[in-house]
Amino acid sequence: MLALSKLFKRSFSHGIHPYEYKDQTAGLHTQRMPFVNRYILPVHQHLGAPSKPVVEVGQRVGRGQLIAEPAAFVSSSLHSPVTGWVRAIGRRRFPGGRYEQAIEIEADPYATQRLDVDRPPNWRGLSLEDFVSVMQQTGIVGLGGASLPAHVKYSLREGIKIKYLIANGAECEPYLTNDHRVMVERPDALLRGIEILHTLLGAEESIIGIELNKPDAIEALRACIPPDRPYRVAPLRVKYPQGDSKMMIKSLLNIEVPTGLHAADLGIIMNNVSTIAAIADYFDSGLPYIDRMVTVSGPGIEYPANLIVPLGTPVREVLRFCGGLKQGTKEVLMGGPMMGTPIASLDAPIIKASSGVLAFTAEETARPKEYPCIRCGRCVEACPYFLNPSKLARLAKARLFDQIKQANVMECVECGSCTYSCPSGIPIVQLIRSAKSDIRSKKR
Amino acid sequence: MKDKDPRLLVQPSPLLKQDMTTVQSMRDVIYALLPATLAAVWLFGLGALLVLVASILGAVFIEWVFSSPEQRSVRLLDASGVLTGLLLGLSLPPALPLWMAFLGGAVAIGLGKLIWGGLGQNLFNPALVGRAFLGATFPNAMTTWSAQASGEGFFRWYPSNLALPFMQPEYDAVSAATPLGLMKFEQQPTSLLDLMLGNTAGCLGETSGLLLLAGGVFLLLRRDIDWRIPAGILLSVALLSSIVYAIDSARFPDPLFAVFSGGLLLGAFYMATDPVTSPLTPRGVWIFAIGVGLLVVLIRLFGGFPEGVMYAILLMNAATPLIDRFIQPRLFGRQ
Repeated sequence: MLALSKLFKRSFSHGIHPYEYKDQTAGLHTQRMPFVNRYILPVHQHLGAPSKPVVEVGQRVGRGQLIAEPAAFVSSSLHSPVTGWVRAIGRRRFPGGRYEQAIEIEADPYATQRLDVDRPPNWRGLSLEDFVSVMQQTGIVGLGGASLPAHVKYSLREGIKIKYLIANGAECEPYLTNDHRVMVERPDALLRGIEILHTLLGAEESIIGIELNKPDAIEALRACIPPDRPYRVAPLRVKYPQGDSKMMIKSLLNIEVPTGLHAADLGIIMNNVSTIAAIADYFDSGLPYIDRMVTVSGPGIEYPANLIVPLGTPVREVLRFCGGLKQGTKEVLMGGPMMGTPIASLDAPIIKASSGVLAFTAEETARPKEYPCIRCGRCVEACPYFLNPSKLARLAKARLFDQIKQANVMECVECGSCTYSCPSGIPIVQLIRSAKSDIRSKKR
Repeated sequence: MKDKDPRLLVQPSPLLKQDMTTVQSMRDVIYALLPATLAAVWLFGLGALLVLVASILGAVFIEWVFSSPEQRSVRLLDASGVLTGLLLGLSLPPALPLWMAFLGGAVAIGLGKLIWGGLGQNLFNPALVGRAFLGATFPNAMTTWSAQASGEGFFRWYPSNLALPFMQPEYDAVSAATPLGLMKFEQQPTSLLDLMLGNTAGCLGETSGLLLLAGGVFLLLRRDIDWRIPAGILLSVALLSSIVYAIDSARFPDPLFAVFSGGLLLGAFYMATDPVTSPLTPRGVWIFAIGVGLLVVLIRLFGGFPEGVMYAILLMNAATPLIDRFIQPRLFGRQ
């Protein structure tokens, strides 16, 4: 039945079909990572302004206590993942390799690590404005990759009426299975979160989009949906980047979100399934965003796992919990293999955006020899945003920034489908990324 | 206690890559041409093999001469020189003097590719540049078609093959006309079976339609070539030929003859599909392919030569930058 519907499923056009590599961890039940000695919490783990620390060095903090508050509307809160002491506020390694302002906390080995928080408000009594400010206090950000503070999406412009709430369970990045496990193990939490958002936003219909390679998640959620609610599960074709928000809207609703507009402008709110489950967790127990699901996998990992990891845990400790890196590991990525960030040092901590820690050996990291572009057009047929990656790469190499801007380079979401499909081994998306950051820094 | 960390690469994502490479797809085209090449050698004898070897040697030699030592290993291994030489050789008459074939291969790579800046930079299909050069320089030798070697066996070559450079080649008496020539000048059709099996006179590689088709299917299955190009060319040729055939069936060939005769299959599957010299976007590719088909039919009907595939492809090669300028993909979310 699923196999048959696969053929007829509507989807976005273009895109690629990389091998999924999910079988290593898709069937593994989530485990909780034990507490470690030290936690590093960068104050800028989200889009927008960095949070402002509200603790001092030497101060004792409880698990779940606020340690940095939002500095602007587009900014988020940060809470301590452990009971312990603030040991330093200073520059520490960020996953990308830079040094960033961070709060370092030493865990108290004798503490019970019981959650030290107030009772959450009853969401049924909240207005949308109150809900937005409560969300900002929880520290929840979009967990799909961009880390936009979650409350920003819910503060709607005047006159916008929300029609659809979409829970994004595509998880189209190879290797990653953390959203998958949330849907299989905690479908009730996801549906409680949908109930909250659906009611507060006044949506007409809520849709959970899941790629067909997760039949157990589709079944688990279908079994949980109350019959009288306008919620449904929509199976989607397995195709990368199905989880990109505009692509998923195209697949589910056959709507192309116009350039320059957000989904919310059309009355559509989309959230990652893990984000929605985190919202439900907050209203259940007052748990702020201090733990996240991380898939530890890849050919360089001894014992792959799906873990609940307290934020700020150094990657080194996560890897040690999974048996350490295998001999011959060449590169560790945070996030998926298509869009993840390479980790320069294992001191870097798990942050709110860390969906995965993947270790790769020489076989995967070897770059193919680069040949000249033969204009075969495979990248053009892969780009889900209908750009011309071949031309963008050529202009980026020549550093022709005005022309590359005219070729709509800023519409690129950096999904990497072009580099994946290039037979000449040209690092197309890498060239585009650096051109985009050059254009952005010139603007400043 | 601290573990010793491995030295980590900091190399940006994506780390995943599909398997097909540019070099592999060029090798695939050579493999796809092998059956038709072997058939040509079988049908025309050892002389045909010598012509092919001379043209490949010319191409590889000039690539070697004009590459710096660092480029050499790359350029010679990427197989594009061998492919160009092979394609050129397959579009030559079997009795061509070997020195002409060698010169053609050298011109194909030299003027067709290297002078533009090497692989990926050229405007015109290199093999066809070589053939156009030979056609303009040696019009007689390039239009003298020899009958097949059947009966006399494989170990036969044409005396003209061994003509010395710049000497008038001597031809033996047995010369024949190509099916398209017969049709154009004598209104005499050739049976479809002969066209499919290669039982006709003509260029080395254009005689065995069946094997060319088989190689083309292999390339399509391997996704080495864009299916739109052969589809667009063959369909437009078949359609236009049906129209003129319906108007005057005595003078004009039927559509199946039009598709299977001459160099159309070789051109449609192996030459027009060169990604470097065809447009980038799917819509552009359709325009290119239909343009080739239209020009083939027009040249065959109204031109001075019986065959027009070479000029049709070269003309559409010239139009490719213009097509690419105007036909760009439409940005997602912009109507």
